[in-house]
Amino acid sequence: MFGFYIALAILLVLGILLLIFRVTRLVGIVKGTGEKIVTDSNNVNAAMMIVFMVLFFGIAGWYSYVNFDAYDQPVASEHGELTDKLFWRTMWITGIVFAITNILLFYFSWKYRYSAKRKATFYPHNNKLELIWTGVPAIVLTWLVISGWMAWDGIMSEAPEESEQIEIMGAQFQWSIRYGGVDNQVGDYDYRLIDAVNAHGQDLSDRSNFDDFISNNLVIPKGDPVLLKIRARDVLHSVFIPHMRVKMDAVPGMPTQFWFVANKSTDEMRVEEGNPDFNYELACTEVCGGGHFSMKKRVVVLEPAEYAEWKIDQKSWLSKNPQYLSQVPENLKELALVTAGINE
Amino acid sequence: MATEVAQIDVQVQEDHHDHDHEQSFISKYIFSTDHKTIAKQFLITGIFWAIIGAAMSAIFRLQLGFPEADLGWLKPLLGRWITETGQLDQEFYLALVTMHGTIMVFFVLTAGLSGTFSNFLIPLQIGARDMASGFMNMLSYWFFFVSGVIMFISLFLETGPASGGWVVYPPLSAIQTAMPGSGMGMTLWLIAMVFFIASSLLGGINYISTVVNLRTKGMTFSRLPLTIWAFFLTAVIGVLAFPVLFAAALLLVFDRSFGTSFYLSEIYIQGEALSNVGGSPILYQHLFWFLGHPEVYIVLLPALGITSEVIATNSRKPIFGYKAMIVSMLGITFLSFIVWAHHMFVSGLNPFLGSIFMFLTLIIAVPSAVKVFNYLTTLWKGNIIFTPAMLFSIGLVSVFISGGITGIFLGNSAIDIQLHDTYFVVAHFHLVMGAASAFGLLAGVYHWFPKMFGRMMDAKLGYIHFWLTFIGIYAVFFPMHYIGIAGFPRRYYSFTNFDAFSGFTDLNQFISIAAIATFFGQFIFLFNFFYSMYRGRKATANPWNSNTLEWTTPINPGHGNWEGEIPEVHRWPYDYSKPGAEDDFIPQTVPFSETMESNLPHENDMIALEKEQAEEIVVDESAGH
Repeated sequence: MFGFYIALAILLVLGILLLIFRVTRLVGIVKGTGEKIVTDSNNVNAAMMIVFMVLFFGIAGWYSYVNFDAYDQPVASEHGELTDKLFWRTMWITGIVFAITNILLFYFSWKYRYSAKRKATFYPHNNKLELIWTGVPAIVLTWLVISGWMAWDGIMSEAPEESEQIEIMGAQFQWSIRYGGVDNQVGDYDYRLIDAVNAHGQDLSDRSNFDDFISNNLVIPKGDPVLLKIRARDVLHSVFIPHMRVKMDAVPGMPTQFWFVANKSTDEMRVEEGNPDFNYELACTEVCGGGHFSMKKRVVVLEPAEYAEWKIDQKSWLSKNPQYLSQVPENLKELALVTAGINE
Repeated sequence: MATEVAQIDVQVQEDHHDHDHEQSFISKYIFSTDHKTIAKQFLITGIFWAIIGAAMSAIFRLQLGFPEADLGWLKPLLGRWITETGQLDQEFYLALVTMHGTIMVFFVLTAGLSGTFSNFLIPLQIGARDMASGFMNMLSYWFFFVSGVIMFISLFLETGPASGGWVVYPPLSAIQTAMPGSGMGMTLWLIAMVFFIASSLLGGINYISTVVNLRTKGMTFSRLPLTIWAFFLTAVIGVLAFPVLFAAALLLVFDRSFGTSFYLSEIYIQGEALSNVGGSPILYQHLFWFLGHPEVYIVLLPALGITSEVIATNSRKPIFGYKAMIVSMLGITFLSFIVWAHHMFVSGLNPFLGSIFMFLTLIIAVPSAVKVFNYLTTLWKGNIIFTPAMLFSIGLVSVFISGGITGIFLGNSAIDIQLHDTYFVVAHFHLVMGAASAFGLLAGVYHWFPKMFGRMMDAKLGYIHFWLTFIGIYAVFFPMHYIGIAGFPRRYYSFTNFDAFSGFTDLNQFISIAAIATFFGQFIFLFNFFYSMYRGRKATANPWNSNTLEWTTPINPGHGNWEGEIPEVHRWPYDYSKPGAEDDFIPQTVPFSETMESNLPHENDMIALEKEQAEEIVVDESAGH
């Protein structure tokens, strides 16, 4: 019954609107305004241009200022501070261009609205002007390109050798994280070896696998370079740590990587944000199926000493799953037992 | 040689013209070869798809703005895509996002825009009786129609339509079990796209050959209206880029159905290791974006062309920098082919390649900037008449600036690391290609409606429609920048899982309300469109006092467009408010010898040339007969 009343109300409103439309139309025909190209509406539209401009810049400016902290995510990595700087530099430059061009657009629209007394100025071209506004944007853009390129080149450079090696693997719909362990070498894998327990498909004929361990959270040290070795098990995923300004696709069959230095520990960030429950997070940004929006991992940034302690406490995957010792070649068994921490 | 062919063609069509009245309903309205009818078919089909595509966005905006709301009332429409608890199904959310993108980009802004206005305006504005091949043109529409039917059917599959995003990246789209939409829905998507590509190619080849071969006497390339330049270059882009999408789709079909490994390698899914090795998902991305990026300009250039024409006409001023406009369009056309990998900065692409593509991408901002400055200078000291078409054109310039500027962030690979695949990107491309080309489409409809249907659309409703849409578009997409800067990823069903993304519920609500209101605002246009088609005020021959050729045809042009001979062209299309001239416009058909009072010095020299040519024709004819 309620639905019926809603439908009735909508019909009534539509009916009234239609009636208003018909009446104004008939009045227009009687007055003969329909025949004219330029009516009084022309001035109304011109004025609306200015009204729109004022409201638009007013609201956008107010919102940008008042809510700055809400949309400006705090940054917690060294390269992130650089890219943020580039971002805001670009924002200032383009923001000014944006404001000037839009204001001119609305202002000209209002200022040069139709008047029967005036004739438009016949002004078909001016090559000097064209040259200026081709040249100036080109120079400014070149500057932006070069600063962007230098930053990009640094971010994408070879990871320092001492980087902490961490493998992060995307699968529908979770991340799985494996550490290089004591030798800081993430062991070889073969996707055909993957099963319910051996989620990463660790190839146990490679000795660097013996001390690898799996962690539930992405735990990283503050101030030391971290190399994420990124892979995907089924479809595309993308590693995204918003506060670290880290993003890289995870591609099945083609390992990718991203190295960075976190420069604020979780604790420091909790103090800075005034939020004792604050945690860094890792999300997926490449659509991967129904659960795409729920692929979350917690990221924990520890002081280097704490990190070293935490790392020592971790049990190797092999020691937790000793049944996989059977996959270790005979000549490496002894070594495996020791490095995996099964035989101390 | 070319002109000979053209003359023969014209001859044939003139014969046809004589038998016009004998056409049956089917050959006149359904399997018509008349470019004007085909244009209208494209337009109506485009409008149909626009309603569906926009309605989809309204539905997923409900989910994003009001995640807690009970959507049970949508059950009669969506059935079991609404869960027990009254929420949108997660998979279906992705299906909606995917189909919204596919429909809007391909069916509305490619076919609906180029299909309508290239078809309608090319012969009318260059002075041709019809397209180079009317039959191919008809095929172009009917391939598009078949494509649409297949896509439409896919909406009703039990497993849903394709759902991997409009880019349908493999392996998600290649492995049938990866998600429900990758099954039959994806198969139908691919089949539909193959028909669509065929349709685009048939259309594009036709537009190019028509512009090159069938221009009327005097219509040199340097006298073409900018609309035609835009349609011409759009067609060139389409003809070069669409076959690559075809290749990408074909390889995807092979991977899906015939066990090849073009895009697949080392995949373990649902407890099973697949045997595919050696392929690369990145290959697909390269192939897709080789079309995908030029596609942006395929939807944008026609809108810019329409805007150039509408702004010049209604400012009563020549377009500023006609040649610069052409050169910048040529520049955009060329550059559009060598910037595609900026969609792939963080895809695992070689970082060096990323640097190259960043450089090339930021170059393309220059011709775009030139176009904006030229529009502004055209308005400067004009005598502006705000027709609904003019309002939408001014609106286009504004959203083109706003959306274009954010492209400078995204084209910078270092900044793109953070912004890639966030709402910042959604805001950027919806303004610069979505809203801009939709505004171009609407401007075109308002401006050429009188030529299409012989009647005028209601101007007041047009004003209301414009302001609602303009304010609505900014209300929807401007706030998305904030959400994007905060890092919110796109294609997320819900943001509550993450602390980092759980803010902005208020802003998301605001966006949803604005989006739904804007969607309903479009019904004003629909009403105006269909009402005016039958009951609108009768149009005059040249309602906007415009210079271009289409306004020299009868109010309701028949098959063949001009009743007598095709008019000759003597000047460029932008002689508005010329000093000395009596009226504030001089149509292209007026020879310089008749406008002594307003001629520029070099134009006076043209008079002698005009005379010579006129004499030549007389000689030709007397020799021929």
